[in-house]
Order: sequence, then structure tokens, then C-alpha cells
Amino acid sequence: MKAAMIDRPLEVLTMDLQGQTFALEAAQVREILDLVPVTEVPGSQPFVNGLINVRGKVVPVADLRLKFGMEQTEDTIDTRFVVIEIEIDRVPTIVGIRADKVHEVTELAPSALADVPRVGMRWRPDYIRFIGKRGNDFIVIPDIARILSSGSAEPANENLTLDRTTAGPAVASR
Amino acid sequence: MTPIDATETYRQEAQELLEQLEHALLEIGHRPGDADLIDSAFRALHTIKGSGAMFGFDRVAAFTHHVETAFDMVRKGKVAATAELVALTLAAKDQMRRLIEAPDAASDADGRAILDRLQAAVDSATVGAAPVESGAAAGPVTWRVRFRLPSGAMATGSNPLLLIEELRELGEATVTALTEQVPALEDLDPTECHVGWDVILTTLEPRERIEQVFLFLLDDMELAIDRVETCDDPPRPGEVLVARGDVKSAELDDALSRQAPVGKPLVETGTLSEDKLAGALAEQQHVRAASAAKSGSSIRVPAERLDEMMDRVGELVIAQSRLKQITASSDDPQIQSVVEEIERLARELQDTTMGVRMVPIGSLFGRFRRLVHDLSRDLGKEIELVTTGEDTELDKTVIERLADPLVHLIRNSGDHGLETPDGRAAAGKPASGRISLTARHAGAEVLITIGDDGRGLDRARIQARAEENGLLAPGAKLGDEELFKIIFEPGFSTAREVTNLSGRGVGMDVVKRTIEDLRGTIDVRSTPGRGSEVTLRLPLTLAIIDGLLVRIGRGRYVIPLTAVEECVELTPQDDLRSTGRSFLSIRDELVPFIRLREQFRTGTPPDPYQKVVVVSDGESRVGLVVDQVIGDHQTVIKSLSNLHADAASFSGATILGDGTVALILDVPQLVEDGRARDDRLKAAG
Repeated sequence: MKAAMIDRPLEVLTMDLQGQTFALEAAQVREILDLVPVTEVPGSQPFVNGLINVRGKVVPVADLRLKFGMEQTEDTIDTRFVVIEIEIDRVPTIVGIRADKVHEVTELAPSALADVPRVGMRWRPDYIRFIGKRGNDFIVIPDIARILSSGSAEPANENLTLDRTTAGPAVASR
Repeated sequence: MTPIDATETYRQEAQELLEQLEHALLEIGHRPGDADLIDSAFRALHTIKGSGAMFGFDRVAAFTHHVETAFDMVRKGKVAATAELVALTLAAKDQMRRLIEAPDAASDADGRAILDRLQAAVDSATVGAAPVESGAAAGPVTWRVRFRLPSGAMATGSNPLLLIEELRELGEATVTALTEQVPALEDLDPTECHVGWDVILTTLEPRERIEQVFLFLLDDMELAIDRVETCDDPPRPGEVLVARGDVKSAELDDALSRQAPVGKPLVETGTLSEDKLAGALAEQQHVRAASAAKSGSSIRVPAERLDEMMDRVGELVIAQSRLKQITASSDDPQIQSVVEEIERLARELQDTTMGVRMVPIGSLFGRFRRLVHDLSRDLGKEIELVTTGEDTELDKTVIERLADPLVHLIRNSGDHGLETPDGRAAAGKPASGRISLTARHAGAEVLITIGDDGRGLDRARIQARAEENGLLAPGAKLGDEELFKIIFEPGFSTAREVTNLSGRGVGMDVVKRTIEDLRGTIDVRSTPGRGSEVTLRLPLTLAIIDGLLVRIGRGRYVIPLTAVEECVELTPQDDLRSTGRSFLSIRDELVPFIRLREQFRTGTPPDPYQKVVVVSDGESRVGLVVDQVIGDHQTVIKSLSNLHADAASFSGATILGDGTVALILDVPQLVEDGRARDDRLKAAG
């Protein structure tokens, strides 16, 4: 969707990832959880290698930092999981998004939304829906469905999957 | 609450009735004189018509009215239920379904044509004065058997217990002892049997079969066998007593005038012994149960509500275990007992809720009778469908998703597997081909087998076709198992002609995809000239399982207990010796083992005393090396999202007592992984 097609204010939940402000569409957010124990899933893609319990449901946790080339720092007292419900590859899925800190629900006016610039970006442009502007600050509104879709695996991961079917990870790690 | 849509309710109800009708009609095909079946079909038609008119499905009502009229002739015995008539009524049933589900697409002309043919069939099949013999081999009948052994019977070696056992074997039986003739102790002759029995028996067997039980005693003994009418409205105890001849009508009226319950006053006045009253009450219960089984009382609940319920129960269980942890330090016995009570209730609730989702696979098998009937007609082959293991329970969602693959497999067996009648005669086989459908539990899996006694798979042709389609390199040599798997590849078909049933090369890949989605596997076996067999192995996903909780590194994992054979310690010697190939000798048998700590790359040092959990996938055994065996754990399986579809070592996840998530190991997959890695090591030398 183009930013120009947005005609009403977008309600978003803002959060921090390594000092950069990100925002998730408020309509997708189901709840925000404090830091809970995360179960690691061996053999899964690194950015979704955890599971948490959300009211009796087993929910995968996505760490967007890995998709945006950020450093993975230790959890702090501010770490939260934002539980969202989105369609991934046309399947409604509940996902927990790890956030360093959650701020607030706010409205972004259509005029404050811009499409992703084609140049001068260090992140994959298709991972970002809009760039929002608030004061002098930029807010990244990521395209979660796109990021989590199976078709957008990192090249490194694709290699891994290929290896598994032919020679296996033991060979790949040599 | 969601508002109730009357039209939708009618559709659902009609759906059920149409299934009931279809089932009855197909059974009538086998037992044309069965009055119960004819009644059941008639009732279904009648209800579809009646509620159709009520909910505004006027075309359905009008059409069904004519079918009902025709079928009423059968019910009254004026017309015989010929095969033609049954086939036409089935066609009429399909028309009704179309009128209900897609009224715009259903053509009235088709409907009229069916009705005309039905009328013609009724006219030609009208039997003059000979009514259809009814009730002969009908459904189960309830009998009241009252017997008392002749004097001296015990001395000649008769054992009333054996007689009762034999009666029990005939069907559902409720037994009451009649002790009113037992004399006072001083008059008691210990060599005589003073007790009589009332047995209420619901059985398919005829009356003669019951008499046979008493064959050797028949002459002297007291024996009364009466038929008990079962109906939706169970008889009142008073009526039962009169029917049994225990009480006269007048005595009953007298007792009734003294207010209910009827039994007490009769006993008080000495008209009736307490045993006889107990017998009558037992009979009433039995009849009520038999009627309930007949009408199959059930309610429809949307599956989502069951899912919601399961989630709530899951939360309850977790909350309960937190409560247990918090109160563990308390020494107030009152709190402790309440916590234990809640624990028990939560577990029972969990079991019941899981049980509600489980459905016997028979409900699915039933649908294929019609499919085979139609197949048989369209292909001009006689086909018999044999089903076993209908009681095998599977999660409802799994059963629903199995319907399509099974249709494809059965069609394939009928079309490609079974020979034409001439072909069968030439091969010296009975004219009627057989398709068998079997379900059974095996470990943590359900196996569903579709077999036929046809010509078997043609190796050479499959190979040739696969090479033609580029699915196989020319001249490649494959084992049976691998070669037969090719028939499930998209676009593969060996059929020379495309029939309307199969041969387009779609279908089998649908089977493969669906089964893989359910995390199942497919095995194919075939013997030329003898037939072939496709086995679907399905895990019991979405179900509750008993699991063994283990620790590997810092993570806790669940191994399905049904797959576990034993746990042994990994001795330091074995641990060190097995650097290249990992084998363990258990009672002189070599068992390969997998170090899960390495497989999962935990990056932790091993525990000093590692354990090996020996698991089996049904064929081969493998040891899983874990750091610690924690204990057993009731496991509610939660499926993993698509984001973790690539984590193949796990069949799902569960939530532990402390609220954290634990992964469930996929044993067949791990065994496979272990084998593959072993082969690689061997190849690398």
C-alpha cells in the first residue's frame, strides 16, 4: 500500500528496538506481555527461534532486530512482547514481537506518513511499509507479514535449507 | 451468543437426515425386507419434507413429498424395495441435496425425470397381496427372559451362572436376581437353587437362539420369554409390572390411587416382592437405554467453541499448577485439600474436553459406502467395501481433513486396482472385488489402510511413465517402496485413458499434500496379481498424550510415552567408546543412539550421568541421549505455527505446569534423522 492511499490517521503502538522507534498498527495488537520465559526451538530460523505461552496458546516470538541487522542485547527490565495477530501467507497467525521498550499508542496523520525511500536505506525496503515522522524523529512501520512470510527468507537461511535436503547441516557447518 | 439462523439450522439438520436416508437406503440394498430400515428412511424423508415447508424450502418440500409418497408404498408393503427403486431413491436424495444446498443450480426438469422414473419403478414393482415379510431379521429386539431352574438341576451339573453368561454374549443384558423364594435358613436345602433370574436382553438374535441357551433344561424349568417394545417414550414402572404379570391391573390402579411412586405401596401391601420391583425398574432403565441408543441423542456444537473451551481448560490447568506451587509451602491442611480437589477437577475437565473432540472414524467410513456403491455401478465392477476399526478415535479436525484423500484412494483402488469381472474370472478370483478400509492405533500413531485385492501396481509401467514425465532418470533402479511413492507425485498417472473418476494425475498429490500437512506419512505395498495396500500413518496431533518429560541442556522436552520402550544410563565407557558410530548394546542387541544435546546445539556441557531413552517408531529402535529424565507429564499437544514448519524434529509443543512452553519430540522424524546422519557418516568413512 502506498502512503498516499492512507486517508485517515493511523493508530499505532510505538516501541524501541536498539534506539530506533518502530511502530505496529494498533488494530493488530492483542496484548503486551512482560518478560516471560522463552523456549528455544532448535533448528528454526534464528529470528523466530522462540516460543512463549500466551493464555494457553503456544505463540512464536519474532526478534525483528535480526531482520534489521541490529545487535542482540540482553533482555532488560523494559523488555516486552507485543502480541499481534496478522495474516502470514494467508494464514491468520498470532506472533509475539520482542521489543526493547514499549512506549504508547499514538496517531500518525496521513501527512506524516511517507513511502520508503528507494536509496539511502540500510534495511531491505520491502520489510518496511511506511516511514512515519513525528517531530524530528522517524518512526519505522515494518511490514511484519512480509518479514515473516516464508518467501522472504534471508539468503543465508535459504542456503541452510538447501543444505539440509542435500548434504545436511553437518556438512554446511564445515 | 450468536443469533441462530433458522435456515442454516435447517440445512444442517437436513444434511444429517440425508446422511441417515442414504445409509438406510444402502442397507436396504443388502436387506430388502428390513422394516426398521425402511421406517428409518421414511422418517428421514418425512422430516425433510415437514421442516422444509416450515423454513421456506418449498421446492424441497414439494419434491420430497412425491418421493415420500412413493416410499410410503414400500413401507406399507405394497411395493418391494427392489435394487432399482433403491437406486432411484438415492438419485432423488441427491436432487434433494442440490435443492437444499444450491437451489439455483438444481433443475426442476431433472427432478421431474427422477420422479417419473420412480413412479414407473413403483408401478412395476407393486406386489399384489403379498406384503413384505417384516420384522424377521430386523434391528435389535429387547426380550424379557425370566427363568428358574427345575429342582435337582444343580445336582445334575447345571450352572445358572453359565446360562446367564451365555445370555450376556447374545447382546446387551441387564440381570436381576429374584430371591423371594429363598426359604428361611432352617428350611433351606443347600443343594437346590432357590434363586430365579430376570434378564432383559437386547439382541439381534431371534427368539429361538435364546431358547437354545436353556436347551437341556427346557422341559422342567420355568422359562418365560416375552418381547419388550422399545419406544422413544419409556414405559412407566407400573405398566412394566403389569406387562410382566407381577401385578394385576386392578392392584396397580389401587396402588396408583395412593400416590406415586408406584412400587412402594405394592411392596408394602405384600402384592409385590422387592426383587420383582427392582427387576421392573432395571427393565425400565434398560429399555430407556436401548431407546436412547436408537435415537442417538447428540447435540451439534461448532468446532470453534470446543477449541475455545480447550484453551480455557489449558489456562485453568496452568493457573492451578501455579496455585499448587504457591500453596506448597503452606501447612494449612484445609488449603492443601482444596488445592488437591481443584487439581483433580482440572485434570478430569481436561480429559473430558479432549474426549469431546475425539470422534470415531466410523463416521467417516460410513460416507464411503455410497462412494463404493456408485463406483461399482459406474465401472461395471462388483465391489464390496469391508471396514474394520470404526471405533478408532481421532481428532475431529483430522477426520474431516482425511475425507478427501480417502476418496481419492478408494477411487483409485476401484478404478485402477480392481480388474473387470472378466479379468477377475481369468485370474481365478471371486467376481466381486474387495476394497478394505482399516483403522487402528499403533503407538502414538493411527494407521489407516486402504487395500484392494486387484491386480497390484505395475512396476514396469510406473517406471516407464516416471521416466517419460522426467520424474525419474532413465534406467534408474529403485526399490519397490521408493518407486511406488512416485504415484503420489503431482501430474503422475499411468492410466491410458482419462475416465471421469481418475487418471488425470491429480488426486494422488492431493493425498500426499494433505497427509504431509497432518504430519503423517504414506506407505505403499503391492503384490502383482494379489492387490495393493496404501497405509496412512497419522500422528495423534491435537490430542492429549502421556509424555515423558526430559531435560536436554537447559531446555525441557516431551517424548510421547507410547514411543518409549525403556530408559537406561549412558555409562561413561559407552559414551567414550562411541565417538564414530554411536551404538549401545542393550541385552545383546545393538541400538543406535542420537545425542540430542549435539543435535540441538545446546552449547552446554553434558550431565555426568546422561540417560538414554530408547524409543521405537514401530520398526526400528533408537536411543535418545538426554541429560535428565524428569518424569511423566500429561501433555496437551499444541501445534506449531507455520513459522516453525522447518523445525522438523518437533511434532508440536505443550505448556508445562509452571507456564513455560516445552517442545514435543517427533520420534519417527528423529529416528529418520539419526538414520540419515548415520548413513552420511558411513559414506564419509
